[in-house]
Amino acid sequence: MADSYLNLVNTPLPAKIAKALGLPRPSVLRRYTPGEALAVNPVLVAGSGPGADALADVLLGWDVEVRRHVLPGEKLSAAVVVLDRAASPADLAAPMLELGQAVRLLVPGGRVMGVFRSPADTTDPAEAAARQGVDGAIRSVAHELRGGATANGIVLRGSTTTTDATALGALRFFLSGKSAYVDGQFIEVSSAPVESISGLAASTAATGEGVADQPLAGRTAVVTGAARGIGAKIAEVLARDGARVVVVDVPAAGEQLAQVANRVGGTALQVDITTADAATRILDHVRQRYGTLDIVVHNAGITRDKLLANMDASRWDSVMAVNIASQLRMNEHFLASPVFSGTGRIISLASTSGIAGNRGQSNYAASKAGVIGMVRAQAAAFDGGGRTINAVAPGFIETDMTAKIPPLTRQVARRLSSLQQGGLPVDVAETIAFLASDSAAGINGQVLRVCGQNLVGA
Amino acid sequence: MADQAGASNAAPSPRTAVVIGGNRIPFARAGGAYAYSSNKDMLIAALDGLVARFGLQGERIGEVAAGAVLKHSRDFNLTREAVLGSALSAATPAYDLQQACATGLETVVGLSNKIRLGQIESGIAGGVDSASDAPIAVSEGLRRVLLDLSRARTTQQKIKALGKLRPKDLAPNAPTTGEPRTGLSMGEHQALTTAAWKISREAQDELAYLSHRNLAAAYERGFFSDLMTPYRGLTRDANLRADTSLEKLATLKPVFGKSLDTTATMTAGNSTPLTDGAAVVLLGSEEYATANNLPMLANIVDAEASAVDFVHGEEGLLMAAVHGMPRLLARNGLTFDDFDFFEIHEAFAGTVLSALAAWEDEDYCKRVLGLDGALGSIDRSKLNVNGSSLAAGHPFAATGGRIVASLAKTLSEKGGRGLISICAAGGQGVIAILEARK
Repeated sequence: MADSYLNLVNTPLPAKIAKALGLPRPSVLRRYTPGEALAVNPVLVAGSGPGADALADVLLGWDVEVRRHVLPGEKLSAAVVVLDRAASPADLAAPMLELGQAVRLLVPGGRVMGVFRSPADTTDPAEAAARQGVDGAIRSVAHELRGGATANGIVLRGSTTTTDATALGALRFFLSGKSAYVDGQFIEVSSAPVESISGLAASTAATGEGVADQPLAGRTAVVTGAARGIGAKIAEVLARDGARVVVVDVPAAGEQLAQVANRVGGTALQVDITTADAATRILDHVRQRYGTLDIVVHNAGITRDKLLANMDASRWDSVMAVNIASQLRMNEHFLASPVFSGTGRIISLASTSGIAGNRGQSNYAASKAGVIGMVRAQAAAFDGGGRTINAVAPGFIETDMTAKIPPLTRQVARRLSSLQQGGLPVDVAETIAFLASDSAAGINGQVLRVCGQNLVGA
Repeated sequence: MADQAGASNAAPSPRTAVVIGGNRIPFARAGGAYAYSSNKDMLIAALDGLVARFGLQGERIGEVAAGAVLKHSRDFNLTREAVLGSALSAATPAYDLQQACATGLETVVGLSNKIRLGQIESGIAGGVDSASDAPIAVSEGLRRVLLDLSRARTTQQKIKALGKLRPKDLAPNAPTTGEPRTGLSMGEHQALTTAAWKISREAQDELAYLSHRNLAAAYERGFFSDLMTPYRGLTRDANLRADTSLEKLATLKPVFGKSLDTTATMTAGNSTPLTDGAAVVLLGSEEYATANNLPMLANIVDAEASAVDFVHGEEGLLMAAVHGMPRLLARNGLTFDDFDFFEIHEAFAGTVLSALAAWEDEDYCKRVLGLDGALGSIDRSKLNVNGSSLAAGHPFAATGGRIVASLAKTLSEKGGRGLISICAAGGQGVIAILEARK
């Protein structure tokens, strides 16, 4: 369902009227196109110390013009504030005020990035206060930004450096149009074991060369629920990034599934993921055709909304069966199979409903919160090995599912985020493709929201 | 290469042709879900589903062969047009074939032979038919007038040509299943055979019932999940009645054989309905399958086409396969006992039961087939184990592809050897042997 209000307020006269009346003025977001420049205008690297200096050097190596201080009147594509050495709340003032100057100069679709250490990794109260303080400041900036600009943070765990391969991978993702609808989010990054990064990407991730075009070349990915909506888009984006994609959906959706497979040059597998042999059929197919399974995207999901007081067993059970029980069962089979790669990636679709709850969705929220619980527990088991598991929690995404929401409710839901609009399936897909790549090798057990900083469950 | 022990001639051993997989769209009853789909639409849908299943996008296949029995004259290049409309490489050649209801199986035979000879590495065989979107021709009288008119140069000649037109010429000719040489419909022909072999109404209804039951069970266990791609909202064969019973079948009124002296036994329940659908099969050499990491479900061993003289009443219209069978079996040193699965196309329940009766009849086998005794009997528990045309429906040229893919999958799961028999209009039949991979 097209967001006609967004289209309207991006034409000259209605834009003026909306401004005069104080109505929401959502911007057309800057989305990724292959070959795009990471930053057309200079990028500010605020903050001091070796971490900030090293990061500035890397950005120069990416052919980005770097500024260490704001130049009056010069437009900026992004502002990266590096606070990895913040030891007390007092250390935030200067860099944050510099950032304040930069925010005024951001181009539409600009980016604000905070790079800092995790409060969980210190026992010093002042240091923890400083680190947690960055979190609050960046979230607030995200609320304040307009013109389709976003603010997000990279949280370094342990002794991870600002130029760690994964930290840089995350930075590239956030600076690019791929993160268009990711706003007010923080992604924790650890140093990935070298062996967990397969292929040539390990050496190039640090410089950003070579990984941009086909970061998933040679990988085999399975996407469930791929016949339509977000799943179909995930398949497209993974294929664009070089992956061989096996698209999976229930036999009844086979016609659309075949169309998706033919569009992305993949193979279609008609499997009901709630059946006991679903994982075996997927593994058999992948072994026969491709040998190794590198990426699993658990996207298939259903809603059967009812207030809990009116909920019946079939609604509750079917949602739990599809949205979480199937994932638990399939993961068990995947992890026990030699077909699943030692550097395998599992990305599971959660939902903001699973974080904040939602009226009429107790069953759905239970299943999606369940996904988050599953991801965190499995991530702990993966810790230190080559595999990762993460969750992506979409907010309001324009799909057939959200098109069924009554018109007025839908209009309100769209405006309830900092970006004042719904996201597109491609926004979710880009985030998943990033988490599936070598660039994300040090990201494990995270729940990344793709919600435009939705006010719900923030 | 293939072990051809026992072949004594000096010719080089041909390669092995394998069935890699198949795809069909669910079969619809005429006038149903595909009422407005053309043969080309349905064949493209079947091809695209196959492409999606095996990741053949943009691939150049050695050759695609398919056909339709009810075919518009504009579809003279139906299969090639379907290839161009599909996700396959436009560099994939294709040809049309037509052998009535044996069309689909004959395309499998033809392409597998090309593969065996090394002329192609891969092939897609199949067929399609629409009873809904059937061609309607102008009358012979109107056709002649129109042709004369197109050749007329002067106004006078044009008036003269039009002057030959008679009111009756304006009625269009709808297609029929009538045999050109006898004027009898296929059902009426089968009614003669059914009566001659004294096949009871109960036996026919039972075969129909088992067909529905077996097909429903196959769906139930997901057998078709990698053999079928839904089309136009249809996810199962529309003709399937999972809840049918012998009692229900017994209530149906006979539709064929009503003018015979004997009691009419053939009903809409134990005859196939007019159906729309398409089916294709991916074939390849062992080398092709191995090089592309494709599965090999079964080997195509041998096949034979046969025909009988039904015009002069010497044999039933749909009895040709009965005659070919002893030759095919003898050539391969096999008897019915060497087979684990039999796929005998259920044009009518009476067709299958007449064939079984004939092969069991010592006198007939000696007198008509020239054998020393009865050819043998077929274990009914091995017959059409996943249902056949009475339940699935029978879009004429699509039936061969449906049967070959289903049998090959069954063989890959259960092992053993399978026999296919398909009868066809014009007193013809095609039979084939498939074998599980060792």
